Amino acid sequence: MRTTITVNGEARTHDLDPRTTLLDYLRETLRLTGAKKGCDHGQCGACTVLVNGLRINACLSLAVAHDGDEVVSIEGLGTPDALHPMQQAFLKHDALQCGYCTPGQICSAVAMLEEVAAGWPSQETADLTAPVLLTPDELRERMSGNICRCSAYPQIVAAIAEAAG
Amino acid sequence: MSSVRDWEASNPIKEGRQGVFGKPVDRYEGPLKVTGAAPYAYEVEPPSPAAYGVMIGAEIACGRIVAADIAEAQAQPGVRLVWTHANAPAQAPKGTRKHPRSTSPSRPALEDNRVAYFGQPVAFVVADTLEQAVGASHLVRLSYAEEPQNSDFHASLAEAVDPPGEEDVEIGDFDAGLAASAVKLDETWTTPIQNHVQMEPCATTAWWDGETCVVHTSVQMVKPAQHGLAETLGIDRDAVRLLTRYIGGGFGGKGQTYDDLTLAALAARELRQPVKVAFTRRQMMHGTIHRPATVQRVRLGADRDGRLNAMSIVTWTHCHRDGQFTEHASNFARSLYAAPNRLTGHRLVKLDLPGAGPMRAPGEASGTLSLECAMDELAEQLGLDPIELRIRNEPEADPETGKPFSMRQLVRCMTEGAQQFGWDRRNPKPGQVRDGRWLVGLGMAAAIRGNFLLPAKCSFSVDVDGIVTVRQGMTDIGTGTYTVLAQIAAETLGVPLEKVRVEIGDSELPPAPGSGGQFGAATAGSAALDAGMNLRKALAELAVNDPASPLHGAAVEAVAFHDGLIAVENRSETLVDLVRRSAPQGLAAEGEIRPAADARNWSQHTYGAHFCEVGVDPVTGETRVRRMLGVFAAGRIVNAKTARSQLTGGMIWGVASAIHEGNAVDARYGSLINQDLAQYMVTVQADLGELDAVMLDEVDDKANPLGIKGVGELGNSGAGAAVANAIYNACGVRVRDYPITPDKLLPGLIRAGF
Amino acid sequence: MRPFTYERAASADEAVKAAAATPGARFIAGGTNLLDLMKLDIERPQHLIDVARLPLGAIEPAGGGLRIGGMATNSQVAADPQVRRRYPVLAQAILSGGSPQLRNKASVAGNLLQRTRCAYFYDTSKPCNKRAPGSGCGALEGLNRNAAILGQSHACIATHPSDMAVALVALEAEVETLTPSGEARRFPLAELHRLPGETPHVETHLIPGELITAVVLPPPPAGGQAYRKARDRASYAGGLASVAVAGARLALGMVAHKPWRATQVEQALAAGATPAEAIGEELKDAATAGRNDFKVTLTARLAMAALAQAEGDAA
Repeated sequence: MRTTITVNGEARTHDLDPRTTLLDYLRETLRLTGAKKGCDHGQCGACTVLVNGLRINACLSLAVAHDGDEVVSIEGLGTPDALHPMQQAFLKHDALQCGYCTPGQICSAVAMLEEVAAGWPSQETADLTAPVLLTPDELRERMSGNICRCSAYPQIVAAIAEAAG
Repeated sequence: MSSVRDWEASNPIKEGRQGVFGKPVDRYEGPLKVTGAAPYAYEVEPPSPAAYGVMIGAEIACGRIVAADIAEAQAQPGVRLVWTHANAPAQAPKGTRKHPRSTSPSRPALEDNRVAYFGQPVAFVVADTLEQAVGASHLVRLSYAEEPQNSDFHASLAEAVDPPGEEDVEIGDFDAGLAASAVKLDETWTTPIQNHVQMEPCATTAWWDGETCVVHTSVQMVKPAQHGLAETLGIDRDAVRLLTRYIGGGFGGKGQTYDDLTLAALAARELRQPVKVAFTRRQMMHGTIHRPATVQRVRLGADRDGRLNAMSIVTWTHCHRDGQFTEHASNFARSLYAAPNRLTGHRLVKLDLPGAGPMRAPGEASGTLSLECAMDELAEQLGLDPIELRIRNEPEADPETGKPFSMRQLVRCMTEGAQQFGWDRRNPKPGQVRDGRWLVGLGMAAAIRGNFLLPAKCSFSVDVDGIVTVRQGMTDIGTGTYTVLAQIAAETLGVPLEKVRVEIGDSELPPAPGSGGQFGAATAGSAALDAGMNLRKALAELAVNDPASPLHGAAVEAVAFHDGLIAVENRSETLVDLVRRSAPQGLAAEGEIRPAADARNWSQHTYGAHFCEVGVDPVTGETRVRRMLGVFAAGRIVNAKTARSQLTGGMIWGVASAIHEGNAVDARYGSLINQDLAQYMVTVQADLGELDAVMLDEVDDKANPLGIKGVGELGNSGAGAAVANAIYNACGVRVRDYPITPDKLLPGLIRAGF
Repeated sequence: MRPFTYERAASADEAVKAAAATPGARFIAGGTNLLDLMKLDIERPQHLIDVARLPLGAIEPAGGGLRIGGMATNSQVAADPQVRRRYPVLAQAILSGGSPQLRNKASVAGNLLQRTRCAYFYDTSKPCNKRAPGSGCGALEGLNRNAAILGQSHACIATHPSDMAVALVALEAEVETLTPSGEARRFPLAELHRLPGETPHVETHLIPGELITAVVLPPPPAGGQAYRKARDRASYAGGLASVAVAGARLALGMVAHKPWRATQVEQALAAGATPAEAIGEELKDAATAGRNDFKVTLTARLAMAALAQAEGDAA
C-alpha cells in the first residue's frame, strides 16, 4: 500500500506490505535502526518512538496505519556531534550499558516530560485533581514501560531528572 | 612463566600522570549508543541488501521429526528457501574439531531429525522481506514422534550424582563438628530457572566475500565463535571473519553461538546474497541457555558466641541430557567464612530441558541466596547483629586452602556500608516498623566473587596525527571495555582521550578471551598495558636515536610521555612531530598478558556488602525496594562511572532474583511457562527507590600489573539475599523458595497476624 | 503474520458495512493486543478495518454522566479532567494497566475486547480450547498460578486481563455499539463478556462485525471510589487480582473470564454484613486449580483494603 509518513521531518513515501510494522518500516525500509526490536510485542519499550508527539511502541503498530502521521525516532532527536539534551544527560550519567534499550529510553523520556507538562497523571499520582509534580517516584513509574536488563535504572533516573531541569 | 613480582614495578597506570585512569570518564561509544547510531549485529549495512531468515522451533521436548511438509511455505511470494533437516546443506557433524587448536567444535544446524529440547530450531525460511519469511514460517508443517522425556527437576533429585570429575570437599569432620555445636541451622532453599533476557535477541548478518564468510553476530567471545563456525562450515578458520562490535547484553547467555549464526552463513552461501537472522523474544527463552534451578541445603553449627564450628552447603542442580554444565552454587562458600569443619559439594541431574549454562555471577548469584540468608537466620538465633556474626567468622587466611588473601576488605565493606546506610536504625525484631500501608525492614548480606586473569594479546599503533589506536579481539557487552581500553591507552602513552581510537570485536584483531566471569577488564587491560609499554619503548628508541629529535642521545628509560608530548626532563617534542618525522608510516607494537604462575599462591577475590530497605504490603505480599546500598572492594577502579554502573546493575539483578525473576517448567511438555517479557518478570523502574554503589580504595598487586579486578559479577553476588533478609525484617516471614512473590509471602503474613 | 488486506474506514457506518461484507474481517484500533496475537499466528484476520481515526474519540458529558468514545485512547481517558474528578476509580484502573506507550495507543473499545494472557493460550504448541476449540485446556492441570477462581469451566480457566473494565463494571457503565446492519445498540457493560462454559472461544455477546462506539458512564454513585491491584512487580505487569469500588458497588478483576461484578458482596453489605463476611459470601463459590489457591485469599484481602480505602475517599 502506498504510504506517506513524515519521519524526522522528511516526508517518505513507500509501497508497503500491510504486514510491515512501524518498527520494521523504520529499521528495514528506511534503515533507521535506532529504534530497537527487543521483544516485538510491546513488552519492553526498546522500540519507543514519537508519533504525532506521543510515545508508542513501534512494534505494535502497522506502518500503513500511520499514513499521514509525523514520526520522530531517536535519529530525529540528535546526532553524535549534536546531542539532544536528553542524550547528553544519558551520556553524562552513564544511563546506558549495552545501549540496546537506550534509544527507546530516550525517546520515552522526552515524551514523558511532555506528558508531565500536560498534567497527565500516573498511578503514582496521589491526588488526581492536583497539579502533577515530577517526583523521583513519579519519574520511575512513568519510565517503567522501558525495560533495561543491564539495569541502568538509577542512572536513567538521574539523567532524566537533570534533563528535566 | 611470569610472576606477580613482575607486576610490582611502577608503570604509567600506577603513576596516573595523564589523570584519566580511575576517573569517571564518559562511555567511549556512548555518543553512538544514545543516538541509535551504533550498529548491532542485525543492523550492520551489508554490501548488498540482505534476505531475511526466520527460524522455527520444535514443539516437543524429545523425539523425532517424522514428516516435514514445506511445499506450501516454499510456494509463497518472495520465499527463497525453506530448510529442515531433510534438505539442509551438509555441515561437519556435531563436535567436529578438525583444527587441533580450535577453541570450539562444530555446531551444525538442522543436523538430523532428532529433537533434544523444546524450541530447538528445526526449520528455517529465507525470503526477500521479513514479512514474507515470517508469513511463510507459519505454513511449514512438521510432524513429530514424541519420546518419553523428563524435565521435572524436583522429582528427579534422587537421580542426581556428583558432577563429572568432582567430589565433595570436606575439611575437618563436618558431621562431628555440627553435632558438637550448641546452635544449629539446617534449612533448604530453592532457586528457579532464570533466563538471561538480554535486550538484544541473538542475531547475525552474514555474507560471503569470495571464499571468506563475513559474519556480524552478537556474541561475548570472538575466537570460539569464529572457530566453531569454521569447523561447522568445514572451512579454514581464516576464511571466517567474525565481528561483534556492539552487543545488546550478554550476561553469559552469549558466551556461545546459536543457530542464527550457522544458518545465516549457510543461507548467504546458498543464495549468494547477504542473509540476516534473529531470534524472536519467545525463541530466546528456550533456544538459548538458562541459569538452571537449584536446591541448596545449608547446615551451620556455631557456639553460643557465634563462632562457626561447622558449615555446609550442598547444591542440587540440572543440565541438559547431552550437556556438561554445573551451577557451582556451593563454591563461593569455600572462601567466605571461617569454620574448622566444612562440607561443600554439588549434585547434578540431566534433564530434557534446553541447555543450562552460565548466567551473571554463576555460582554466587544462586548460592548467596541460601548461605547469606542462613547467616541472617543464625544471627537471629544467636541474638547477634548479622554484621557482628560475620565479623566473628572472618578468616585470617583462606579457610580451605590456608593461602593468604591477596586483599580482603569484607569487614570494611560491611562496617562502612552500615554507617553510610544507617544500619543502626534497624530494629532486630521483625515486623515492627510501619510506614503507611507498608511494613518496612532492613537487611544485609555479604558479597564475594573470585578474581581471574586469562591470556590475551593486544596491539597499539600511533599515526602521523598522533592518534593512538588500540586493537584487540575483545568485546564490550555494556561492561565498558571500549572505555577502559581508551583510558589505558591515554594513560600509557600520555595522550588525551580524544586522541585514542579503540577497535574491538573482530576476529582479525589480536585475540582476547572476551567478556565473562568478571575477567574482562583485567585481562584485556593488562594486555593493553603491555602493548602500550612496548609502543612507548619503540617511540622512545625512535626519539633518542633520531638526531633531529630534541631527545636525541637520552636514555630510553628516562623518556616520559604526557599531554601528547614525549620528553626527557626539559627537552620535549610532540608525539605528532616525532611520528611525522621518524615514522611517517606510523608505529605499532604488540603486547600480551599471561597469568602468573605464583598468583595461585594467594586467595584472590572481590568483596562487598549489600544493604537494603524494603517495604512489604501486608495485605497483598507485594515487595518494593525502597533503598539499597552496596559497598565494594574490587582492586583499583579503572572508571568510577562505568564500574558503578556495573555494580548497581548487578545489585538490581539481585533484586530481580529475590522478588521477581524465575521460570517454571511444565513437566508434561518439557517447556518453560514464561515465554515472553510480559510473563517473565524482570525488575522495572517502579520497583526501586534510591540505589547506589560505593567502591573502597584498593590496589591488588597480586591480581595483574594494573592492580585492578572485575566488578561485573560482584554486584549480583549477595544482593538478592540482602533483599530477602530485609523482607524478613519487615514482616517476620521467611520464604526460602525464590522468587519471593505475593503468593509465597501471604500465608506467612496471615499466620503472623497481618 | 499471514497476509491480510487493510483499509481505513471513513465512517462508523462504512466500517460495519465493510466488516459485514468481507470474510475474515476484523476491526483494528490501537492494535496493541490484536497485532501481538497476529504475530504469534493466534489471530488470523484476512482483512483489517482501521477504525482508530473515526470520530469516536470524544469524552463528553451525557445525561449527568459521561460518554467516552470507543476510540478514545486509554491515556486520554485517564487524563480527562472529568474522569479524574468524578470517576477516579476509572483513572486509577487505567493507569495501573500496561505502560504509558501502550496506553497512548490502546483504545477504550479495544481494551474491553482484549484477550486473556493465559500462557497456554499464547503457546500455540499447547492445547487451548479458547485458541483451538476442542483441543483441551493446558492450564487446567498445568502451571495455573494466575487462573480464574470464579465462573470458570472445565473447558477454560483463563481470566480477562483488563483493569479498565473492572472499574467500568463497578461504575455500571453501558456500552454503545453499531451492529453490522447499522443499528445502534446500548446495553450494560456487565453483559458484554461471557463466562467460558463450553465455548471459551466466544468471549462476548457482540454480533460478529459489531463495533463498540462508546462507553457511557452514569453519574458517579454516592460514596468513595478506589482501585487496588496486586501484581508481581510494581508496574508494567498484569494483575494477580484487582478490586474496583464505586460507592456501594464492587467489581473484581483477573479472577474470572470477565470483569466480575461482586453482587453478593454488595447485597451482603447492604444487609449489614461486615466487609469480611460480605466478601466471604462472594468467594464461597470460588474454585481453584491447584496453584492459584492464594488468589481467593488475596482477592478477599484486596477487597477489604479497597473498601476501606473507598470509605476513606468518601470521608
